[in-house]
Amino acid sequence: MSLKDKLEELKASGLVDIQKADDQRQLNEIRVKLLGKKGPLTEVLRGMKDLSAEERPQVGEFANKIKSELTEAIDTQLQTLDQKSLQRRLAHESVDVTLPGRQNKVGTPHILNQVIDDLEDLFIGLGYEVIDGPEVETDHYNFEMMNIPKDHPARDMQDTFYITDELLMRTHTSPNQARSLEQHDFSKGPLKMISPGRVFRRDNDDATHSHQFNQIEGLVIDHHVTMADLKGTLEVVARHVFGAERELRLRPSYFPFTEPSIEVDISCFACGGKGCSVCKHTGWIEVLGAGMVHPNVLRSAGVDPVEFGGFAFGLGPDRFAMLKYGVNDIREFYQNDLRFLHQFQREVK
Amino acid sequence: MKISYQWLNQMVDLHGIDPQKLADQVSVTGIEVASVIAPDAGLKKIVIGHILSTKPHPDSDHLTLCQVDLGDSEPVQIVCGAPNVAEDQYVIVALPGSRIAGNVKIKRGKMRGEASEGMICALQEIGFSESVVPKEFANGIYVFPQPEPVGAAVFPYLGMDDRLIDFDITPNRADTLGMHGAAYEVGAMLHEKPRFPEVNLHATGLPTERLIDVQVTEPELVPQYLMKVVSNVTIKPSPLWLQIRLWNNGIRPINNVVDVTNFVLLEYGQPLHAFDYDKIASKKILVRQAHQNEPFTTLDEQEWQLRPTDLVITDGQKPLALAGVMGGLDSEITPSTTNVLLESAVFNGTAIRKTAQWTNLHSEASTRFEKGINQDDVAHALDRAVQLLCDLAEGTASEGVAVGNQVLPAEPQVLLDPARVNHVLGTEISAAAMRAILTDLQFDYQDQGAKILVTIPRRRWDISIEADLIEEIARLYGYDKLPSTLPTGVQTRGAYNQRQQLIRTAKRNLLAQGLDEVISYSLLTAPQATAFAAQAPEPIKLAWPMTQDHAYLRENLVSGLILDLQYNLAHKQNDVQIFEQGNVFIPQDAERQPREVPMIAALWSGAATDASWLQKERPVDFYDAKGVVENLLAVLGVAEQVHYETETDLTDLHPGRTARIMLGTEKLGFVGEVHPSWQHEMGLPATYVMQLDLSVILAAELPALVAQPAAKYPAVDRDLALILDQHVTNAAVVTLIQANAGKYLHNVQIFDVFAGDKIGHHKRSLAYRLHFQDPNATLTDEEINRAMTKVTTALVEQLQAQVR
Repeated sequence: MSLKDKLEELKASGLVDIQKADDQRQLNEIRVKLLGKKGPLTEVLRGMKDLSAEERPQVGEFANKIKSELTEAIDTQLQTLDQKSLQRRLAHESVDVTLPGRQNKVGTPHILNQVIDDLEDLFIGLGYEVIDGPEVETDHYNFEMMNIPKDHPARDMQDTFYITDELLMRTHTSPNQARSLEQHDFSKGPLKMISPGRVFRRDNDDATHSHQFNQIEGLVIDHHVTMADLKGTLEVVARHVFGAERELRLRPSYFPFTEPSIEVDISCFACGGKGCSVCKHTGWIEVLGAGMVHPNVLRSAGVDPVEFGGFAFGLGPDRFAMLKYGVNDIREFYQNDLRFLHQFQREVK
Repeated sequence: MKISYQWLNQMVDLHGIDPQKLADQVSVTGIEVASVIAPDAGLKKIVIGHILSTKPHPDSDHLTLCQVDLGDSEPVQIVCGAPNVAEDQYVIVALPGSRIAGNVKIKRGKMRGEASEGMICALQEIGFSESVVPKEFANGIYVFPQPEPVGAAVFPYLGMDDRLIDFDITPNRADTLGMHGAAYEVGAMLHEKPRFPEVNLHATGLPTERLIDVQVTEPELVPQYLMKVVSNVTIKPSPLWLQIRLWNNGIRPINNVVDVTNFVLLEYGQPLHAFDYDKIASKKILVRQAHQNEPFTTLDEQEWQLRPTDLVITDGQKPLALAGVMGGLDSEITPSTTNVLLESAVFNGTAIRKTAQWTNLHSEASTRFEKGINQDDVAHALDRAVQLLCDLAEGTASEGVAVGNQVLPAEPQVLLDPARVNHVLGTEISAAAMRAILTDLQFDYQDQGAKILVTIPRRRWDISIEADLIEEIARLYGYDKLPSTLPTGVQTRGAYNQRQQLIRTAKRNLLAQGLDEVISYSLLTAPQATAFAAQAPEPIKLAWPMTQDHAYLRENLVSGLILDLQYNLAHKQNDVQIFEQGNVFIPQDAERQPREVPMIAALWSGAATDASWLQKERPVDFYDAKGVVENLLAVLGVAEQVHYETETDLTDLHPGRTARIMLGTEKLGFVGEVHPSWQHEMGLPATYVMQLDLSVILAAELPALVAQPAAKYPAVDRDLALILDQHVTNAAVVTLIQANAGKYLHNVQIFDVFAGDKIGHHKRSLAYRLHFQDPNATLTDEEINRAMTKVTTALVEQLQAQVR
């Protein structure tokens, strides 16, 4: 057998061995066996000294070619084996992605505070300050300063939680109108404020009454603020809360601290104004009260009603939330049943 | 008041506008309409029948067989059970196939073997309220007072085809509590001048002043007091047209005299009172304030001990009536009355309200006096009533009026500036359009240069200043025509103040830490209001609470959270982690407003981690609560200044599991377990609570935040295990380490706590990791060793620590 034939045979059997190898260790053994110092290839090459000067380079070249082919085959097989073992590992490591994850609890803001926060954000964007005021008010600010003198029917004992003759639980957030009017420096620009907070009425708690609820007062006073500005502002509010398609309807009403006074209806968001059970088949839903600030209110707070004027409004976050989310019992807001509260976890509404 | 469409149409030409449309228009321009009532709604096939003959039912002792003419060729037989059924009556018949009140269907049938072709009805059976049915028909069928067209639908004959527009008035518009006022309002809206029946009184009797002597002792409380006598009246039922006006407004017809006073009340809004003249022996009327405890019996037979704030009508000695509220039993109109003394007056609204309130006698009259009445019509209403009594009761009117007092208020004159109207409304209404509106309102006015001087009639006592007139212009011009704009002028900056930002941050942090937000009641019981405080001051109490559960102002937020927990436990919600932010009320002296302190509080009960396929359930413990507090205080920027001490002053909390939270030397709050005996008493599982006084954080000075570069040199950690007496606190150890480890100590972390037999009785092992960092160089072993030696020496010497 010629040296060349030997080499051919060596290659053929070597390739078979390589293909059969199924792990790295076997391949290493094959590499040593075929290509190592004691391997057949080395041996063949050692026998080259017996060859003629013409044959030697040809055989040498051929032997080197066989060697590199075998080396390449081993490397390829090694990569194949790596791929296989990676696939096995990945298959082994796979998990059921449909099982629930490990969650940190995230709390839910109370829905009434979500409504209030949302409106605060809206008004801050419109340049309003947010004003806090005391929940225990004086008769003076709660009534007198709001043009509700003693013996006025609007301050029936029936409705007010009195503490003493002069102290009471505020029945509305309106006293903060008087408080901010007194404090505001009109030389620095207009007064634009909202005042959210708890208010109290002497009511028995039932599905539609709560002795504690929330209000947001709004007040804008400047040299020239019009009722048209009030209408435009309330349109912004109504469309922000109840949807861009809402129409507004203003109706005459009465509050001692505004003149003219209006009740504001929005076109029904459930039926679009055609009439349904939400709007009691009228197409309209009453959402808030408002008006142009009464000259007496300005005057008692030391603001000249000829020089200055503006509008005020009062809205009820409880009522807004009941309407918007179909809550039929106001007590649900204050019982704090977690099953009720958790419904409002979704903050994008 | 329910405004009758048919009656209104006699005063204002309504041009046949659909009643619902009219109501919608009124709602938008003037008075809110609660509803439009159709008395015949849901009724059909109910006609007038004439009973030709009756005979007893052969098989019944209370049923009657009636032959009834319904206008057909043959009469029909109807079985009737009413006790007052009789021959020749004109009655209400529900035909077979008809619908009566309550959507009941009437069928042809047999009653005890006798055919019945329908039903003869009582008023209640066709939808009348029990309270308006005349007494004589209360327990039987209704009988028409005169023959009516047989077979005709009954509704127009009983006023049931009318439509009643229910005015839901605001307190300032009591001028529409009478048909005349309503007619002015609707007239202004429709550009129509209202017209009213003329009063032509022919007085043929004696001069009134010879019949009765009238005096008023409190003229300022009784600005008008007028009387007239109608003699020789015949008491009988009123004509049906008048009864219809009353019952359609919820008033029961009684007799012609009483009905006339009620009719004029509806017509003019002026309450009248009728006395039986012959029962006033003194022939004298004295209006005065009651004496303390003066006895009096009202016509509903209630006995009273009056108060000096009550106004009474007396005969000079004893009270005859509670002025403006209710008449007396002794001078009441009865079937035998022949001479009537009529009163038309104005009483002070506040005085009437006080009396109506304490006696709880709220009547159509008292309501009107409280809200005000048209002072121009006091005398007219009296004349109108006298005229009706002459017409309907064949009486004779006395001549002239007996006047106790008659002082009319001035008619205000208001200068209206059209430019001002447009300035306020943001409109461009012409002065001519404004004058047209004033004309529609039937107000007198005259131009004064560019302005308009308006004389306000007394019937609109709600108008006294220009702003009031601007409202009149605006509403009748139409709010729907107002443009929509936004305020212009100097720009303002909207922002939260520091306190509001702190509150928002705190709430957001607790939400992120998994607590749900609640809103509880500020009003509680006294024990709830004062719990979770050491030496809580007496809480503020409401003068007239609605219930004992909500009578005191809270001084803590935790009690509310516990009520919320109890509510949830009762509804099988056992894992509760909630917080509330709100004010508590700390009393100062009794005359001053309390200090309202912003607090934030939280409560943990049930599982800290839910059981799942990943982890076991773990109940909440002290360190869950404290960890939340620590996180919160870190976000609020005060963690460095805060330390925790054992709190034993709060008796509602576990003395061994409660920390007092101090910010420097100020008490910031607490975190701990609700006292086990409290938990047991209230049936609560292990429950942890915390409360922080946000005003303390607001008052704290926060150092300015200046950024440091992240360290570029390696840090070194050294562990230290100590065995200490079990009473030595972690805080004591950490303080000592910090004091002795030198300036490169960056932080100390405890990573193990162990107690057990291995380390001996009353001992525990604490293990700390000290983290050293020099921002400017690599620390050497030598430096660290020196620091560690100093630390261990101090621990051994001062805390008798055994270093392991």
